[in-house]
Amino acid sequence: MSREGIRDKVAIVGAGCCKFGENWDQSPSDMIVDAAYEAYADAGIDEPQRQIEAVFTGSLYTTKGPLECSDALKLFNIPVTMVSNYCATGTDAFRCAVMAIASGMHDTVLVVGYDKPKDRGVSGPSVMMDGVRDLPKTPAGWFSLCAATYFEKYGAGREDLARIAVKNHHNGTLAPKSFLKREITVEEALKGRMISWPFGLYDCAAQTDGAAAVVLTRADLAKSFSDAPVMVKGVTLRSGPNPQKDPTNDFLSWKPTGWAAKDVYAQAGISNPGKEIDIAQVHDCFTLTELLSYEDLGFCEKGSAKEHIADGRFELTGDLPVNTDGGLKTFGHPTGATGVRMLYENVMQLRGLAGERQIEGASMALSHNIGGHPTACAIAIVGLP
Amino acid sequence: MIGITSYGAYIPPTRLALATIGGRPAREGGPEKAVAWNDEDAITMAVSAGLACLQGLDRAEVDGLLFASTTHPFREKQAAALIGRALDLRRDLRTADYGGSLRAGLSALRAAGDAVKAGSSRNVLVIASDCRMGAPGSALELNFGDGAVAFLVGESDVIASLEEAHAVSDEILDVWRSDGEDFSHSWEDRFVVQEGYTPRMVEAVEGLLQKTGEGVDDFARIALYAPDKRSHAGAARALRIADERLQEPFFGRLGNTGVAFAPMQLAAALESARPGDRLLVAGYGDGAEALSFAVSDAIEKLGERDGVDAQLARRRSVGSYDSYLKARGLGTTEWQGGTDPGLSATIHFRERDDDLSLRGQKCRKCSAVQFPAQRVCETCFARDEFDAIRLSDKRANVVTYTLDFFFPNPNPPTVVSIVEVEGARIHLQIVDCEPEQVALGMPVEFVFRRIHQVGGRPNYYWKGRPIGSWKGRPIAEKEATQ
Repeated sequence: MSREGIRDKVAIVGAGCCKFGENWDQSPSDMIVDAAYEAYADAGIDEPQRQIEAVFTGSLYTTKGPLECSDALKLFNIPVTMVSNYCATGTDAFRCAVMAIASGMHDTVLVVGYDKPKDRGVSGPSVMMDGVRDLPKTPAGWFSLCAATYFEKYGAGREDLARIAVKNHHNGTLAPKSFLKREITVEEALKGRMISWPFGLYDCAAQTDGAAAVVLTRADLAKSFSDAPVMVKGVTLRSGPNPQKDPTNDFLSWKPTGWAAKDVYAQAGISNPGKEIDIAQVHDCFTLTELLSYEDLGFCEKGSAKEHIADGRFELTGDLPVNTDGGLKTFGHPTGATGVRMLYENVMQLRGLAGERQIEGASMALSHNIGGHPTACAIAIVGLP
Repeated sequence: MIGITSYGAYIPPTRLALATIGGRPAREGGPEKAVAWNDEDAITMAVSAGLACLQGLDRAEVDGLLFASTTHPFREKQAAALIGRALDLRRDLRTADYGGSLRAGLSALRAAGDAVKAGSSRNVLVIASDCRMGAPGSALELNFGDGAVAFLVGESDVIASLEEAHAVSDEILDVWRSDGEDFSHSWEDRFVVQEGYTPRMVEAVEGLLQKTGEGVDDFARIALYAPDKRSHAGAARALRIADERLQEPFFGRLGNTGVAFAPMQLAAALESARPGDRLLVAGYGDGAEALSFAVSDAIEKLGERDGVDAQLARRRSVGSYDSYLKARGLGTTEWQGGTDPGLSATIHFRERDDDLSLRGQKCRKCSAVQFPAQRVCETCFARDEFDAIRLSDKRANVVTYTLDFFFPNPNPPTVVSIVEVEGARIHLQIVDCEPEQVALGMPVEFVFRRIHQVGGRPNYYWKGRPIGSWKGRPIAEKEATQ
């Protein structure tokens, strides 16, 4: 099987994203329409009912399944598929769409990721109880399990995590569609109330509603939609064992990210990701998740992240800016939307439309989600033709 | 010879200073009582006492389990069957629950002796456990304590043979709890002592002595149930029991543990007994019941038991009366917990070997141990090639941990860890552990606890408890407890 087989076969010709936040007065359908119609406009699609041939939609909290999207957009008599893959849902929906086009089954496909957690009446993630022995289940409680081990082995600490929060808060102030728009300091971050040691409030992503959409088409048709198509260089998904019972887990990294990175770099023909990737949107559900991902994605050596953080390498002014729009930290994490929102940001950056947060000359961009305990990782790399 | 072959006790390590019940500050060394914490109840304490009693013994030999309590977590549903599963006892186990009366613990002990004597059972585990509540601020609340005690009754290696027993039954409404009530009631204490407790205890003990033709001075140790310290002294006086023969009842340290109170004192008496000693124990409740035992040479061969002394020594003070109320579900809290639609009883049933017995599996091909049971080996991918392995009696080590301040708990944070046991990894809560105490590599043992109340009923699972007084590297930063 040729890992490079997918490269440059599919193009993103339209991208849209609704304003993320506590969208009390918007239904999922309202947000889906905002995101999809922005993507349609971007792609020059004025007859979506005729031009969209298939939809892959991703959501974790939906109770309506694919109908939520097909009914909102009135897209009938075409395949509409709901994808659910924990926090990797959005990128996985995108992956399915890319394969549908690369296979020759469809020419023009819409991807919509969305979620509406703020309708549940809780300010944070729920405490999940779906079995006798699975408790306590809070995302902070399971993502923090790498902290004690990583801190002990590599000497990192809460201040290194706080610097990531400070960076993402700053970037979020420059993104019009982000939820949190406030600069914070390291001291402030360290003083936040404790959620699950070592995660204080500022180590955790916000909780918001949101939707994002992209329109994909065959590379050879891209110019008929857009003057500035962005090419798919690689997209992957990797499953992983439940780290809570995996007997070989060292709690220094999350395995699926390393596996997915290896695969997607082979697809994109990337041998030195730290140099060849210009910008990255990395899954920062918690600050430590972003820190571990720097290493698991090969941006730096295992154990060295704190030096790179201190050097400012991942800031907007660094040589590999990460979470240029403020990430999950400031956009929040409406689960199904996140991966597609990251693609939206990468498309904006590659086209030079990212305003004050624009990274000049970016031509290769990565987006990364991990989901579950985490038990899945999806990565997409997009670039200029 | 038929009698007790082993024993073990469980006293919850949490102690509430009695002063805090009256709103006064606790003082070091002042009177206190043992209180079951929010994840403990009569069943979890029973499992801990049962594990202590069976320590070092072959569980496959146990063919009966009698459980006594007035605080069964279920009105309908047997507790003994659940406890038997948690103790991973054999399937052809004869089980029964005893309840209603505060002397049900001794009644069950006597019934076990009768069953072995009749030859219908060979080794019967008897567990008495109670977790009663007096209304907040009441005199009953001051006197009540929580705890459990277990005895194994059989006919080989008997450490204390059951010699004689005598019971009297009486109808009196002196202490009671009606259907649907959380708190025990008592009629005026002078009435209870004068017309109920003292005369019935005297009648039961004297009835037993008449049968054996002995006097109280023939016994090395006499253990008496009593509702409180004063009536205990009164009964001892009425029976003319010399102070040195009277078993210490632990008021001010443990409290009145209901059905487990007289049996708990019997266990304490066994801890200091010598071969040839004779012991007498009497319990009260809707009448009274007295049993006498003769301690044999075998007591010196029984390995050290996790008994009353050790359990009383293992303690932590609870800071405030308010946190006690929360832990017992008597405070107001925003988090309701039990309103969820609930767990599937079918899933619960399918997972009972995993969740209740904490059985893992060992791969026949690669010997890897894993938990929970799975069809395909996580290491060598062999399919359906496993033998069950009991993990609840193995020791585990902390691989990593976090302190979860978000998870509902009367005293956050909840210590959550991944532990390794026999090579298998388990996501486990750690209890009876200060947040500063948890550390990578810390050894823990398994304890059976309530995990949550989803479905409006207690759900049970195992948690980890630090072994002994082991102290690891504390979490460096102060923030862990903020």
